[in-house]
Amino acid sequence: MEIPYTIKARPDTGLFNAKLGIWLFLASEVMLFGALFSSYILLRIGSVEWPHHVLDVPLATVNTAVLITSSITMVMSWASLMMKDFKKYRLYMGATVLLGFGFLIIKYFEYTHHFHSGELPSHSTFFAIYFTMTGLHGLHVIGGMIVNSYFWGPGSKMWKTEPERFTNRIEVAGLYWHFVDLVWIFLFPVLYLL
Amino acid sequence: MEGNHSHDHDLGFWRKYIFSQDHKVIGIQYGFTSLLFLLFGFGLMIVMRWQLAYPGQPIPFIGTWFGEDRAPEGIMLPEFYNQLGAMHGTIMVFLGVVPLAVGAFGNYIVPLQIGAPDMAFPKLNMSSYWVYFVGGVTMLASFLMPGGAANSGWTSYPPLSVIATTGQTFWLIGMVFLITSSLLGSVNFIVTIIQLRAKGLTFMRLPFFVWAQFVTSFLLLLAFPPLEAAGVLQLMDRLAGSSFFMPSGLVVTGQALNVSGGGSPLLWQHLFWFLAHPEVYVLILPAMGIVGEIIANNTRKPLWGYKSMVYAVIFLGFMSFIVWAHHMFMTGMGTIISTFFQTTTMIISIPSIVILTALFISLWGGSIRFTTPMLFALAFLPMFGIGGLTGLPLGLSATDIPLHDTYYVIGHFHYVVAPGTIFALFAGIYYWFPKMTGRKMNEVLGRIHFFGSLVCMNAIFMPMFIVGLAGVSRRLWDGGAQYAHAQPVLHWNEFMSMGAWTLGIFQIPFIMNIFWSIWKGKKVEENHWEATTLEWAAPSPPPHGNFLTTPEVYRAPYEYSVPGHKKDFIPQNQPMEA
Repeated sequence: MEIPYTIKARPDTGLFNAKLGIWLFLASEVMLFGALFSSYILLRIGSVEWPHHVLDVPLATVNTAVLITSSITMVMSWASLMMKDFKKYRLYMGATVLLGFGFLIIKYFEYTHHFHSGELPSHSTFFAIYFTMTGLHGLHVIGGMIVNSYFWGPGSKMWKTEPERFTNRIEVAGLYWHFVDLVWIFLFPVLYLL
Repeated sequence: MEGNHSHDHDLGFWRKYIFSQDHKVIGIQYGFTSLLFLLFGFGLMIVMRWQLAYPGQPIPFIGTWFGEDRAPEGIMLPEFYNQLGAMHGTIMVFLGVVPLAVGAFGNYIVPLQIGAPDMAFPKLNMSSYWVYFVGGVTMLASFLMPGGAANSGWTSYPPLSVIATTGQTFWLIGMVFLITSSLLGSVNFIVTIIQLRAKGLTFMRLPFFVWAQFVTSFLLLLAFPPLEAAGVLQLMDRLAGSSFFMPSGLVVTGQALNVSGGGSPLLWQHLFWFLAHPEVYVLILPAMGIVGEIIANNTRKPLWGYKSMVYAVIFLGFMSFIVWAHHMFMTGMGTIISTFFQTTTMIISIPSIVILTALFISLWGGSIRFTTPMLFALAFLPMFGIGGLTGLPLGLSATDIPLHDTYYVIGHFHYVVAPGTIFALFAGIYYWFPKMTGRKMNEVLGRIHFFGSLVCMNAIFMPMFIVGLAGVSRRLWDGGAQYAHAQPVLHWNEFMSMGAWTLGIFQIPFIMNIFWSIWKGKKVEENHWEATTLEWAAPSPPPHGNFLTTPEVYRAPYEYSVPGHKKDFIPQNQPMEA
């Protein structure tokens, strides 16, 4: 017996296995970041003073734009596969990976600036939660980039043998990438603006 | 993710038995690993019980093995006692009972009961076992660190845990591995149950065990990540010098601690119990599922109130997310919050009672077969009942205050988990052993194991209520010998220890039984217990891919003793007569 619904959707649920799987995984990720955001609120309410405007807002705004653009290119790469245009897929997927890389480079400059001015996690609870949350988010970005690079490079061979399954994989990877983007959309105002 | 995997009939030894992607092999791997951890965790307790019964006396036979920094001349140091206590709790819960209940039984039985060829993601399944294994090894390795293993209790409350020795860092890293493993596993279970059900197997035809595993997986999926977040925060506190859980102005042994401060120890407690209360239901729901299967089979009757049991299990899963702070009545949360949490706690006892009552009523009028699995399942009912009922005074803030952190609490949750869940797990091993091996476990050895364990479990845990009501605290290295109020109940310590050691002796027939029966047990047919659910339609042991023909389901899970029918059971895959 073969495992059913790996490619085609199950009629009564309307989902193929991996799509349900990634949504459940994202639900657990919501709980992970939800716990950190709750901790942030609790720590901030309990604090005597909370620093304001100590982070670089213009840089973070650029970074927000970079991540949102990468989400768009991610959708375009999936849409290209749906339209059977593999060349465009490679183009958009490559752009997604590069934009993720760009986000990390900007983040690197932000981090080193804080390191040099002694604003480490041991400096204050604000920097502690800032580094923990953006660090964990950064790890998620790196994870997504590894997966996306694989599907851009060696993993894309599957397009020739099982195009439908490959398209599904890009959809699932895309759902994850949008989630990572969404986490940043929450992190940006909470840490930089409020 | 993987479609083409059933062509691997002639895999090598490594792919077939070690890095296997077959849910049955993975289930058995989980089973043996978690049983070993249960034995190890029990061993820690055996040693602790010596210190409690005879404080300050050298441990006989093995006392000198622990080394001078743990037990000089065989006399246990308080630091070592604390390590044993913390690691007993951690190992039993996270490395023993949950992996056995979910990893082993869930993995082996759920795909069979829903008529699936395997789990939805076999590679993911393999990785969740190996991530669990690495987490377990990390926990064990922590005993060899300078200063020994984690020693801040299984709850790892800061600030104590943040300033504790290196073992605590290992504990946190080990927990991150275990949590990751649980997450991968729970995604896999939910997808498998939703997507891979056989044709005709609607949700209301699922065996109760599958329902229990389904809800359990949601609890693991949604409750564990906050502990992962908490673990990351505590790791930051320990390694990066942050102060998430360290308040300002903290003084340790007369020295002001050099931290930036501003953190909240209470934050850890909230994040920890947000996991650890649902975790209690992760421990108990699979056990209820196993007991439900065995009771229906051995009373030869459908489960009484199957639908209400299903709704109760769903409601219970939902409620378990909003009761966590009943562990924190002593922290001064304020009466309004306390009232909220004691109300939700009283509400959550209702579905548990619904399930337990339904199981009790299922016995009524049945022609009961007293097999070994049935004996364990029957004992589960009153034992879990005692555990549940003694929990009510702990859920009310007024009565919790004198009982908090006493032996009463230990007695309460051990009744739930030890003669409760672990008995159900034993029942499951005896019940599904014929499916896993094609052979039956020995009934005589099974009965010795059962009656011995039943008596000993009560001998250990019943006196804890007495000791706890006298007000003896739960984490004392000398069992309370230095306190005046403990003197009248001190003699129980020796009695409980005797019970624990005898319990150890009564596990020998069980271990012998497993190994003897694997090779020499009586061969039995594929549906040895004359059961109705789908796992018994597969050969014993099931081959890779499980079923010889794709099963189809035509009826409810427990059609026993249907009037006018020749046999007293109708399997789920038997078509309706025209």
